[in-house]
Amino acid sequence: MTPMADPGSVSAREAAPARPRWQVLLFRPETMTFVLLVAGLFGASALSPYFLDAGYILDSFALSAEFAMVALVLTMVIISGEIDLSPASNMALSACLFAYAQQAGVPMPVAIAIGIASGLVMGLINGLMVIALQLPSIIVTIGTLTLYRGIAQVIAGDKSIRVPEWFIGINKQMVLGMPATVFMFIVLSVILGLVLGTTIFGRQIYLIGTNEVAARHAGIRTRRIKMILFLAMGLASSVAGLLTASRLGSVRYDLGLGGELQMVLMAMLGGTYIFGGRGSILGTFLAAWLLVVVATGMTVANLLPAVQLTVLGLLLIVSIIATNAIYSRTQR
Amino acid sequence: MTLLRRLVVRREAGILVMIVLFCLVVGLIKPQFLTLNSLRIILLLVPLILIGAMGQMLVLVARHVDLSIGSMLGFSAMLTGMMFKFYPEIWWPLGFALAIGTGTVLGFINGILVTLFRLPAIIVTLGTLNLYRGLTYIVSDAKQIDRQFVPSALKAMSQTSPILGIPWIIFISLGIAALTYWFVMHTQVGRQIFALGSNPATAPLRGINVTGVTLLVFSLSGALSGLAGILYASRWGFVNPSNTGSGFEFQVIAAVVIGGVSINGGSGSVLGTVLGVLLLGCVSAALPLLGIPGTTQNAIYGAVILIALLIDRAVRQQGINILSGRATA
Amino acid sequence: MTIPAVQPVISAQGIAKSFAAVEVLRDVDLDLMPGEIHALLGENGAGKSTFAKILAGVHRPTRGSLSLNGVPVEVSNPIVAQKLGITLIHQEPISFPDLSVAENLVMGRHEGGWLSRVPWARMTADARAMMDLLGVRIDVTRPMRGLSIADQQMVEIARALASDSRVIIMDEPTAPLTPKETETLFAIARRLRDEGRTIIFISHRLEEVRALCDRVTVFRDGNKVITDTIANLSDADIIRHMIGRPLKEYMHKQGTKIGEVALKVEGLTLPGVFADISLEVRRGEIVGLGGLVGAGRTDVARALFGVAPASFGVVSVGGRTVSITEPSQAIDLGLAFVPEDRAVAGIFRSLSVEQNISAAVPGKISTFGVIRSGVEKALTKASVARLSIRLASLRQPIGELSGGNQQKAILARWLLTDPQVLILDEPTRGIDIGVKAEFYDMIGALAVSGCAILLISSELPELLALCDRVLVMSEGRLTANLSRGDATQETIMQAAVPRSGVAA
Repeated sequence: MTPMADPGSVSAREAAPARPRWQVLLFRPETMTFVLLVAGLFGASALSPYFLDAGYILDSFALSAEFAMVALVLTMVIISGEIDLSPASNMALSACLFAYAQQAGVPMPVAIAIGIASGLVMGLINGLMVIALQLPSIIVTIGTLTLYRGIAQVIAGDKSIRVPEWFIGINKQMVLGMPATVFMFIVLSVILGLVLGTTIFGRQIYLIGTNEVAARHAGIRTRRIKMILFLAMGLASSVAGLLTASRLGSVRYDLGLGGELQMVLMAMLGGTYIFGGRGSILGTFLAAWLLVVVATGMTVANLLPAVQLTVLGLLLIVSIIATNAIYSRTQR
Repeated sequence: MTLLRRLVVRREAGILVMIVLFCLVVGLIKPQFLTLNSLRIILLLVPLILIGAMGQMLVLVARHVDLSIGSMLGFSAMLTGMMFKFYPEIWWPLGFALAIGTGTVLGFINGILVTLFRLPAIIVTLGTLNLYRGLTYIVSDAKQIDRQFVPSALKAMSQTSPILGIPWIIFISLGIAALTYWFVMHTQVGRQIFALGSNPATAPLRGINVTGVTLLVFSLSGALSGLAGILYASRWGFVNPSNTGSGFEFQVIAAVVIGGVSINGGSGSVLGTVLGVLLLGCVSAALPLLGIPGTTQNAIYGAVILIALLIDRAVRQQGINILSGRATA
Repeated sequence: MTIPAVQPVISAQGIAKSFAAVEVLRDVDLDLMPGEIHALLGENGAGKSTFAKILAGVHRPTRGSLSLNGVPVEVSNPIVAQKLGITLIHQEPISFPDLSVAENLVMGRHEGGWLSRVPWARMTADARAMMDLLGVRIDVTRPMRGLSIADQQMVEIARALASDSRVIIMDEPTAPLTPKETETLFAIARRLRDEGRTIIFISHRLEEVRALCDRVTVFRDGNKVITDTIANLSDADIIRHMIGRPLKEYMHKQGTKIGEVALKVEGLTLPGVFADISLEVRRGEIVGLGGLVGAGRTDVARALFGVAPASFGVVSVGGRTVSITEPSQAIDLGLAFVPEDRAVAGIFRSLSVEQNISAAVPGKISTFGVIRSGVEKALTKASVARLSIRLASLRQPIGELSGGNQQKAILARWLLTDPQVLILDEPTRGIDIGVKAEFYDMIGALAVSGCAILLISSELPELLALCDRVLVMSEGRLTANLSRGDATQETIMQAAVPRSGVAA
């Protein structure tokens, strides 16, 4: 009825000069992540000379590389305004199905295909419940988080299932002087960074996350894109599950237990905005390294593994608060 | 449709029917399920979940969620256990004060993070879930509190009975349920929780103190987790930094959503939640009898949460259809 | 009817209100008497709702003062208003859907501490008594969810009475009601008046105002035009007061060639929203779609564009019958839609102007799905120049621009798609006069270039100045198809005002 002028916008605003480029760059969450990473490296190398050895860091990173790969895809999901808390359980279930199948005598390629297909199906289930049934993704994936791991437990019981000898140890394979999984993480970062940063698909993810209604009005296939993201999430999780199985040499239902925290944390620390529309692959990439440095640093400093849990939980909360603060500042 | 309609009218009746049917079917297959002994097993399974479920119900009704209850339980139990260990001569009921007080503080912190920084409760409590668990390791130096340190009077609460062979711990949990019923049905602030969850946008316009109510529900959830913590020590006789309370949140959320508490806030009843907890207890007790391994439990919790979500949505959709049908008529 | 010389309940002096830089209410003086039903009339955006919301504490006035029974008061928020005895009843009442009717009546009004008891028995009994008093049959123990809108309004009225409100404001209460429900509402309103309460009644339906109200105040362009007893004014007088803006400001486009049919719609129906809409728009033609807010105009546009598709009907674009269920299909067919609510459906607030402008043309700024930033920049820069969008930088978040420039950016987005048919929904709402004129020129120029334009607007002068033809909708149906010669403010208003199926 009344003219719907936005009370917050002042008409003189367009005359105001844009912020200088240096400020735009400085007040980005990725900058914060980068500074923290450098500080972390300095701190850690003061703690132990190991940290001056790149090989040591790379080997440590191989322990988190699978989570980090999934975190990259998760970053895209969060930017689109949804979330997926089930990937760690998805990893466990795909790996269990794969291991169970090959133990039952299914040829390896088929077993691997089963593992990956099951990951896609799990992504599909999440996607259908969120997109077709319009349920909140955060609750749906809490449910599937419990369900997928529960099914893994039903399949594997409390036993661990061995995988064939030749399948073991992908993290010991070296590519360009780094463990293969780390190499894969870097390659995936570059690919997804390009997809998110330079393609129409990536651009539309930001548009959807910023304003889904407007995105739909602008002719963007919001539902299709979200479904692709959930499927990508399922695919990445199952591949990560198989890689973890290869690293560990055996599969138990508790593979990757609690991994959702680390993945969400990598995305949050990298400056992905919890309410969607902002974030970058670069941020998550840096945050993954930061986390590894922090975790390894704590191990080297002989801190209890449990203390790390505390630090991770604390980091998660602090990073959301910090990211929100930065964005509300630049938003004006 | 008739089933749906009944769910709309009275969710509790539906759960009761499900409990009876389930017990009958299991009883037909394994007659020993319908004995006093297995009733006792069921009743001993549920008190902790019931207490946790009361707190979670309040949080869900206010349109939030609390994933950290298992860690709050663990931390409170651990602190209390350490008090018993290092001050063995202390008057043991003080443990209740310590456990509940600790839980309240932890819950209050969750509430502060949610209200002050306007963060989604699910992410905040995912963080504190790990934070509190880590703190439990730190304060305990990763060591378990063994049986001999837990006061025998406390352990006795799970075995001795004032009446009918039913242990104290069950009366305590039922007392909490009754108290919660009184709280949500007969106090002004209890009703404000429902109002807030029913329409968060309108609540402040009607003079409801949104920040206060939100802090209250998270604090209560923490306090009840703390109480569940000391009762854990009573029930199992030990406190372990990693096991105690781990996975508690999923059992509780599953029970609460079966009980008809809506994920979308504003609706839920104490009776429904109690029945939901009971149904979950019956299922847990029946599994070993039926020869189904205990490992299926988590899958069942997960499936239950998703099914409850779907039912919730179907009920809501029907409500919308009724409304829009009337509008076009 | 003469107004006795009693003290007014509410006396407003020099009330003014601005949103951003736009002044929507100017120095309104108005005295409301006890025991009267007072109608506020005016076109959409005339300021009557804003005035009502200021009384109810929803908005705070930029200038001016209110006094209640002669005592100056500060109505800073709805809770204060409620305590002062002023209640606003929304058209679609807001409530706590999960709580019972009785609880909704008293929620938030308790005295005593947090843990004080809820007096269920007394609360229910009071609520029943209240419903009996109003003479409506509503089970007060059932939840609000599932109640019809009429019943929800009754609950709101009961809530006003429960807090012993002296002033009850009803904002277009009858729009969603059936005639019978309306009759019940009126009977209650009269009774409340006879008890000495003041009812403020906002409506578009003249015959309802005539049937119910004692006095009328007409608003136009944020000014109070006249206050008088209803008996002293004819319908024609009222309509004349409501309209009558100078028309000379805007120039009609110069003789454009009107070409073949670009968009043709037959029997478009979405049950409960709009029915049997048939229209056609030709190339180079500007067709206006007038009517009151809520008449279903926006819904028709949303259906055409595939946002909320219609159930029945045939749509053809450029002579070809098409089925549009997704906006992306509509865009492929050469349709473009500038939606009414810019903040919700238009802009991506935190993203750059550049990204906002290029959002609908992924194909033009990319090769094989990869964005070519040089092309994008050149394209958007050209758009900015073409529409003279005022900004500091293309990389500036669009939320920092003024409303008018945001709207221009949205228009720029759609012009990049080279639309054959352009649907504009209230394109000049909330925009300064100066930018408005620019918009009119642009719309005219687009038509000249051969674009078919469907212009939805609540501003009559806008329709009259720009359009070759004006269609009017009322209550989900087309009620008039006026040629440029026949269209006047009077004829449009006549067709737009619902007559409850009696006078029409």
